[in-house]
Amino acid sequence: MVNLRLIARLDVKAPNLIKGVHLEGLRKMGDPQQHAQSYYEAGIDEIIYMDVVASLYNRSSLHEIVQRTAEQVFIPITVGGGVRSLDDVETMLRSGADKVAINTAATAQPEMIGDVARRFGSQCMVLSIEAKRRPSGEGWLAFTDNGREHTGRDVVEWAKEAVDLGAGEILLTSIDQEGTRKGFDVELTKAVSQAVTVPVIASGGMGTVDHIIDVVKEGKADAVAMADVLHYKRQPFSEIRAGVVDAGIATRQS
Amino acid sequence: MTNEVILVDYGVGNLLSVARALEECDARVMITDDTTKIKQAERVVLPGVGAFGDCIAELRRRDLVEPILEFANTGRPMLGICVGMQVLMEIGEEFGEHEAFGLIPGRVQPIENTKADGSPHKIPHIGWTALELPEGRESWNGTILEDIESGQTCYFVHSYTANPTNTENMLAVSDYNGRRIMAAVQADNVYGTQFHPEKSGEVGLKVVTRFLEM
Repeated sequence: MVNLRLIARLDVKAPNLIKGVHLEGLRKMGDPQQHAQSYYEAGIDEIIYMDVVASLYNRSSLHEIVQRTAEQVFIPITVGGGVRSLDDVETMLRSGADKVAINTAATAQPEMIGDVARRFGSQCMVLSIEAKRRPSGEGWLAFTDNGREHTGRDVVEWAKEAVDLGAGEILLTSIDQEGTRKGFDVELTKAVSQAVTVPVIASGGMGTVDHIIDVVKEGKADAVAMADVLHYKRQPFSEIRAGVVDAGIATRQS
Repeated sequence: MTNEVILVDYGVGNLLSVARALEECDARVMITDDTTKIKQAERVVLPGVGAFGDCIAELRRRDLVEPILEFANTGRPMLGICVGMQVLMEIGEEFGEHEAFGLIPGRVQPIENTKADGSPHKIPHIGWTALELPEGRESWNGTILEDIESGQTCYFVHSYTANPTNTENMLAVSDYNGRRIMAAVQADNVYGTQFHPEKSGEVGLKVVTRFLEM
């Protein structure tokens, strides 16, 4: 049995941790590094930092936050948002990130996925997909820039293509569910997880432990990202992990 | 004992995280590719990420293979992490066959791409997986894993696994859907971990601390 990974996702608009609904309507939540540190101490398995404005303004100041975090947080850190070149990847890795999550740049130049995988290893090339259900209700479309720009790509087809190019993991965010606390998009997660051979992180919609159980058992997620439930301290992380374990899902033992 | 550690810099890997974990455990870290300093080091840590062939090629290009072998032969403690562990073996099979340090007999081969029951599973193996005593080994006393209990988990991310020829070089194994993963190897003073001690929280820091006491 493979241990489910429980990941804290921190969306950042430097210098603040922010939280929105459907990736919009952002509310400031304080110092991201302090949040990351407390989640680490509470036993979270990984940290994802996502710069939510970087690709809009062509900039990223996230690497300084990453650097300070990596000084004290001894678990894997993934960084996304505004990573658009091999130099950006190198800057993030040198700042202490273990993986980079790439969306906009990968959809604009899919060959970048292979370039990153060859130079730094596919283990650090995470494809970030923002998925929105098609108006018809059948299938999902891939978006960028926090759901503002659509790429014309079908999510499942794009995931398969990216894995063939060298993506080592997929961070799959449901824009429809994000910030709603109504549960993950289980159908979306299942469609992508069964279509690819690499691990899939389900993101967007986590409200209760039952949502995790659904997206793992039904949706075949390899990892789940949570934000709201942690940032607003709605439930202690130890309770979340215990609830998952009680449902018969294995997680790490520390 | 000053706890000085040479962290070999050959242009790959998340050096900052490894350095920070060592410092957290009270080591004095020097990041360098200076061959003289490596040969004279008290302890050496060899990191590594990416492809096996690229790592060994870069070590060769920087003339680091011979100094590291010379260091390993002094009997002073050495630790390879992830691909830094894999290159301790004789041959790697990632993107062709590549000769490596050969400090530990055996090969580095792809993780089988199915579960033990033949159904497909995810590669790379990413996540927190339990360390277990290999068959025939009674304890981790006297090794870098002395403070770890069998069943405690560490963070792995890899698609290939070392397969030592001799069981005495197998320090810890892990199970990935019924497939054996070599979690740690040892040949006397030379240690290697497939998992990332610098990314494995408190459990990982215990491994680092013990390495600094070897």
